[in-house]
Amino acid sequence: MINNRIPAGELAQKWSTYKSTCKLVNPANKRSIDIIVVGTGLAGASAAATLAELGYNVKTFCFQDSGRRAHSIAAQGGINAAKNYQNDGDSVYRLFYDTIKGGDYRAREANVHRLAEVSGNIIDQCVAQGVPFAREYGGLLSNRSFGGTQVQRTFYAAGQTGQQLLLGAYSAQMRQVSIGAIKEYNRHEMLDVVVIDGKARGIIARNLVTGEIERHGAHAVLLCTGGYGNVFFLSTNAMGSNVTAAWKAHKKGAYFGNPCFTQIHPTCIPVSGDHQSKLTLMSESLRNDGRIWVPKKQGDSRKAYDIPEEERDYYLERRYPAFGNLVPRDVASRAAKERCDAGYGVGTSKMAVYLDFASAIERYGKIEATKQGIHNASKEEIIKMGKGVVKEKYGNLFDMYAKITGEDPYSIPMRIYPAVHYTMGGLWVDYELMTSVPGLYALGEANFSDHGANRLGASALMQGLADGYFVIPYTIGNYLADEIRTPKIDTKQKAFDDAEKIVKDRIAHFMNVKGTKSVDYFHKALGKIMWDKCGMARNAAGLKQAIQEIRTLREEFWKDVRVPGTADSLNPELDKAGRVADFLELGELMCIDALNREESCGGHFREEHQTEDGEALRNDENFMYVACWENIGNNEWQLNKEDLVYDVIHPSQRNYK
Amino acid sequence: MEHTTINLNLKVWRQKNAEDKGQFENYKAENISTEMSFLEMFDVLNEKLINEGQDPVAFDHDCREGICGMCSMHINGRAHGPWSGTTTCQLHMRAFKDGETITVEPWRAKAFPVLKDLTVDRSAFDRIQQAGGYVSVNTGNAQDGNALPIDKKNADASFDAAMCIGCGACVAACKNSSAMLFTSAKVSQYALLPQGQPERTTRVMNMVAQMDKEGFGACTNTGACEAECPKEISISNIARLNREYLNAQLSL
Repeated sequence: MINNRIPAGELAQKWSTYKSTCKLVNPANKRSIDIIVVGTGLAGASAAATLAELGYNVKTFCFQDSGRRAHSIAAQGGINAAKNYQNDGDSVYRLFYDTIKGGDYRAREANVHRLAEVSGNIIDQCVAQGVPFAREYGGLLSNRSFGGTQVQRTFYAAGQTGQQLLLGAYSAQMRQVSIGAIKEYNRHEMLDVVVIDGKARGIIARNLVTGEIERHGAHAVLLCTGGYGNVFFLSTNAMGSNVTAAWKAHKKGAYFGNPCFTQIHPTCIPVSGDHQSKLTLMSESLRNDGRIWVPKKQGDSRKAYDIPEEERDYYLERRYPAFGNLVPRDVASRAAKERCDAGYGVGTSKMAVYLDFASAIERYGKIEATKQGIHNASKEEIIKMGKGVVKEKYGNLFDMYAKITGEDPYSIPMRIYPAVHYTMGGLWVDYELMTSVPGLYALGEANFSDHGANRLGASALMQGLADGYFVIPYTIGNYLADEIRTPKIDTKQKAFDDAEKIVKDRIAHFMNVKGTKSVDYFHKALGKIMWDKCGMARNAAGLKQAIQEIRTLREEFWKDVRVPGTADSLNPELDKAGRVADFLELGELMCIDALNREESCGGHFREEHQTEDGEALRNDENFMYVACWENIGNNEWQLNKEDLVYDVIHPSQRNYK
Repeated sequence: MEHTTINLNLKVWRQKNAEDKGQFENYKAENISTEMSFLEMFDVLNEKLINEGQDPVAFDHDCREGICGMCSMHINGRAHGPWSGTTTCQLHMRAFKDGETITVEPWRAKAFPVLKDLTVDRSAFDRIQQAGGYVSVNTGNAQDGNALPIDKKNADASFDAAMCIGCGACVAACKNSSAMLFTSAKVSQYALLPQGQPERTTRVMNMVAQMDKEGFGACTNTGACEAECPKEISISNIARLNREYLNAQLSL
């Protein structure tokens, strides 16, 4: 029986009731409690800073050379908050509702409502830290729209919102480092969780510069280690993003929730060749102003601007008139795939669609001309002014596109195609963000909790910071209040010996195989299996085949991988080998989960389950649950179910038409 | 975009660890697509080295979209290579000609010791930030975001400074290995905002003191930092830092 520990009472009162009744740890006791935070992205940095401010002793770990490098930094478009500054009808309830609906009714009501409740506090906190959000001429905060909503609730800092929010959280973290409340362990990778008498009591980490294996004890461990999109090899994730910390936790008893829920983002720069190492996102905010289209004629090889207006198919506006280009990500991605598969794709690979700013440039140009009092502006002048406005809004994204593709997006439409971006699945957590291992928490993208089967744009930053700034500081106290008599964790205990031995044996194995193929060879092979058979569209036959292929590949990996260098020095190939070994296990579980979920919902699209017009067809009767996978041995899993109960919202078929 | 393949000669700095003296090694990179990024070209080289049983070249990189600040190569004598306003990960092979020889070194600065090959230790930047690169506001203390209107001009200028990715190119480009552009960008971000005012004096004093302690040199006033900065952070931030520092000293 899964206990999600959702408090009783009215939905809107649950969090405030929880906060006023949860157990507290007094300041003197906090000083003798140690907390480990793994990962320094938005969730990790905000949690570490806030817990240190409260008086706990915090240790942070990240594999990068500085906490500021975590991949939250690459988030572009914005962060949602139910401030209703635009007076356009927004409210906590509406943000809650949009998020539940956007997630295709596979998220927990109580968690999502709490998220919407604290969303406004996040903006306030970030402003207070000196995060330079975009502002209007009157000096107030600016907003824009994002997919899946009909209000303007997204706060942003040009196309670098993630960077500015992370640097804000990092600055708060650095402040605590300077007073000794946080001790940083950069260029360190967590390689196991140490569990003693059923509770998380520390970690084993490897110093990536010296190769030294270290033991760290703590009263609680927080995993803020992001998502696992790199299981596909090609994704918008950073090269180092990995599942290892979460996977080790899973092996130590933490359930993995909905692993097959993957977000394929519709607007990424298409793959250009076999050398490709990663994919680059073009922010969803571009869909505010860009119009997506393909030629009406199959295989049309004319240049974009030689195709007249009436021979273009603005397929999102055609299929979804109410939301148009701003449909949620899963819907937009599938629609692009559908057009390309049917032979309407553009570019040399024919696996791309156009994202066109011509009409936005003209519209903004006209507004600008009016503003400047020029009533007889020529078309060229209008376009020049319009380009200026678009540059101010999206300049850095356009520059990035130009550098990568060698094309000028101000004069010819961008070519885009969907790519793996975010994973809604992750470690299962209860309402308090605790995994099924007591004392072990998962925050941000690393947990499964708030986005259901599809995350709306500008909600990841919101969730990461909500978990770190405003949720964990309360919920962790409820656990630690019973730990005040636990002395400092002694890392000489047998559980640490055992965990360390497993870690060391595994590293020795990698170094000793001396096989014939590089780590990347296996990673790319795994990625191809996952993308082809567990990607944007899935079916039972393909998934079954994928499971077999992954098992074979995994066996080959352990026998034939080649890791050069030594284990006692900086060795990026060794780091990668450990991460890919875990991806090779996770990939199988993702396929098992996708095979089990005999329905389509959000980003999970089973070809066998679709409506007549190709939309996702849910099966609420049989699948309205969180799949909580329990590791029961060597790549064997047992399915536990947490039923999703909707007290307030009545699930219906998502309609963006 | 049309793409072709090119062959290149690489002259790459190899250094086993911080104690090793290090030396250049020559490699051939063949059949490199002009669509590749510079780091993807290094991926190809490393794959080849691994298959030949050699040690691949260690280099820092992570996001590969120009924002994390982790990549750090000195290419043909320029931090992040020939394209201005571009990080190494966003530099593409279109920038090079068939048959060209490319020299690749790590950042060279006393305060950035080499860890291995092209990887350096930039933790000095973290310590400069720890010295005062923050607003002292605990979580939960904030007032409503719109209770504090901020002149758009100042907010935009603050953002322009805050765009710094902390890669260290400014230090690598400077003859004196000065960290003035990095430090001034952080000082400016806060100096331009009302939130930064209460700690304005101590911030600049402490951050500059830490910068000196780390062994970064003095500003040369030649602007190499601005020219090589992948985010085009303006040198006017250094002028602002100098003003802030002077005012802070006068107010003591």
